[in-house]
Amino acid sequence: MTKRLAVIDSDLCVGCQSCMFACSRRLGFAGLGRSCILAKSVGGITRGFTVIVCRACPEPSCAKVCPTEALQLREGGGVRLDVKKCLGADCRLCQQACPFGSVFWDDQNDKPAICVYCGYCAEYCPYDVIAVEGEGEANAR
Amino acid sequence: MPDNPLHRVLCIDLTNQQYRVEEKPHLFEESVGGTGIAIRLLEEECPPGIDPLRPENPIVFAVGPLTGLFPLASKTVAMFKSPLTGNLGESHAGGRSAVSLRLAGYGAVVIKGASESPVYLSIHDDKVYFRDASALWGMTNSHTIGRVIREREPGSGTRTIMRIGRAGEQLVRYASVITETYRHFGRLGLGAVFGSKKLKAIVISGNRSLIVANPKQYRKTYDEIFQAAVNSSVMQKYHQVGTAENIEPLNAVGGLPTMNIKESRFDGAKAISGEQMAQQYLGRRIACAHCPIACIHIAALREPYEQDPYFYKTSMISYDYEPIYAMGSMLGVSDSRGLLKLLDDADRLGVDVMSAGVVLAWATEALEKGLIKLEDLAGAELKWGDHQAYRRALKMIVEQPNDLYRALARGVEYASSQYGGADFALALGGNEMPGYHTGPAAYAGFLMGSRHSHLDSAGYSIDLKSKNQQSASKIADALIAEETWRQILSSAVVCFFARGVYTQERIARAFDVAGCDVRSETLLQIGGETLRRKYSFKLREGFSPKKLRIPQRILETPSASGIISESLLRETVSQMNQKLTSL
Repeated sequence: MTKRLAVIDSDLCVGCQSCMFACSRRLGFAGLGRSCILAKSVGGITRGFTVIVCRACPEPSCAKVCPTEALQLREGGGVRLDVKKCLGADCRLCQQACPFGSVFWDDQNDKPAICVYCGYCAEYCPYDVIAVEGEGEANAR
Repeated sequence: MPDNPLHRVLCIDLTNQQYRVEEKPHLFEESVGGTGIAIRLLEEECPPGIDPLRPENPIVFAVGPLTGLFPLASKTVAMFKSPLTGNLGESHAGGRSAVSLRLAGYGAVVIKGASESPVYLSIHDDKVYFRDASALWGMTNSHTIGRVIREREPGSGTRTIMRIGRAGEQLVRYASVITETYRHFGRLGLGAVFGSKKLKAIVISGNRSLIVANPKQYRKTYDEIFQAAVNSSVMQKYHQVGTAENIEPLNAVGGLPTMNIKESRFDGAKAISGEQMAQQYLGRRIACAHCPIACIHIAALREPYEQDPYFYKTSMISYDYEPIYAMGSMLGVSDSRGLLKLLDDADRLGVDVMSAGVVLAWATEALEKGLIKLEDLAGAELKWGDHQAYRRALKMIVEQPNDLYRALARGVEYASSQYGGADFALALGGNEMPGYHTGPAAYAGFLMGSRHSHLDSAGYSIDLKSKNQQSASKIADALIAEETWRQILSSAVVCFFARGVYTQERIARAFDVAGCDVRSETLLQIGGETLRRKYSFKLREGFSPKKLRIPQRILETPSASGIISESLLRETVSQMNQKLTSL
């Protein structure tokens, strides 16, 4: 079953960044340089948070604009990145095309940072804001 | 670890609008980070005897080796010479500044000099921009400053925006620096030091990776600390009702300062308790960067516009134990809506809410006793419980229309030196007191603690456990032992609320993973050395334990552990001085 990460209820988000740090830590790094998820305020912390993460679109905008087919469609939605084909910082079209801002940037390698839908971040969310969702399950907001 | 970004100190000169980075590996190896590093940099950069509001006064910000690696290590320590006490200024804030600073690639920042015209600093990774802030200077609401800068600067989600309000511009000696709308470098007047430098705000953004030598060990240690934090019952308390949970227990034991400590129990305590505030107003809980606990409690206050039916505004206002004490019980304010508006005003204006509450409490009593005149209050007829009068007076403390308000803007120690009423002027060591009338250990901590705060030595806890049965020597030992350990926590910039999670053994292991070569056995030694340096700085700047003023009021009104003996308190102070000077 194809998995994706779902934002269940962003109103529960307290902005603790546990998901963001988990994402880089999964790859063996501290800090946030490799993270593919961002919890940021909605026009100031007063108004709460929004969680920006790849939604595993069935027809992803990022893949449509990729000139080198570095972003391959994943069965069930979303994309996989073939770093060898990617033009990196010279291009960045995928980053511009994603309407959610979910294509992050790995400055160290100068390539996009793309969610792999592993769900490691969700294991560290203390408030059930995000969860891994299987294909065909109810669409979260 | 070679080229550890923690060892990089960003030095900014506001006078010449220049900056450079200095590598200080030895300093960090000896003193870890946070408080330990900040006092070293202050020693280096602050010339003896200077006026704290002169350009020579440096502002130091420091973070620690665990910041950006582990949860709950996201405090930024600020150090400067305090314009309120004239000696050590140390203030810690949560929010996002620590993680942003670390992930921008620095362990500390030192800001010196003063700008000719208002500026704000914009620090994005390796670049520092000096941006004109003339248009922002003079704006009445500090929240607006945050909004303007938020729209103009990049880095949303991984940045901090520190700013001052009018109080900082007007050099109110207890002006705060506000960060992420709801956290503060509140105490000891950092906002006035910003104001004296014409520094309106600082934006810092950074989201780099940090390299760990052993990723597997890193993940294992991380999981242990994370699980300990989210499963801890103490941390649950901070998450659920929050620090305001302490209002009712402190009131029940007779330790809640009430109406300038004419009383130590407040009839209106229930109405402003954490439980009531949560039931009536709690609108959101939020967290500091990289902290799963989310102890920041935000009230949603809905108010109608009187002239316009069916038109409302909703203000989101943060509350905690200390602000509720300072603007609530201390002023006899039990109207929770009025209290929230006072807290909101303090943030809009950018004053330390604790000092402001104590100042207003003194002024209320001074008016009752005829030491100050109603006409000098310029229309703010101060009366216990009258939040509207307090709101008017607070604005005038910031704008300072006359001699009385100019004196109040310098703190209660100074105001009482001009108008009398020192017996009930509730500053200890020059700093307005926190909300713990619990007994001799609390007051000894306020008098002699390196930042005159309850936070470093937790004297209230000693009081509540010992019920006034301990000798001066035992109290002194306990306070210094706690303060010594907390120097390590604040050097690692671990939140004091997480002190149960970060045991000595866990800190040592986390340091090891972070590449900080400090063994468990030497932690206390480093803590003692940091405390010694801080106390030496205070003595250098004129602090004298013999000259400490003990307000008569705290000896008259029974505390949670009964009447406090002056001789016991003086003896404890003397013992602490001996012990601190022989560290």
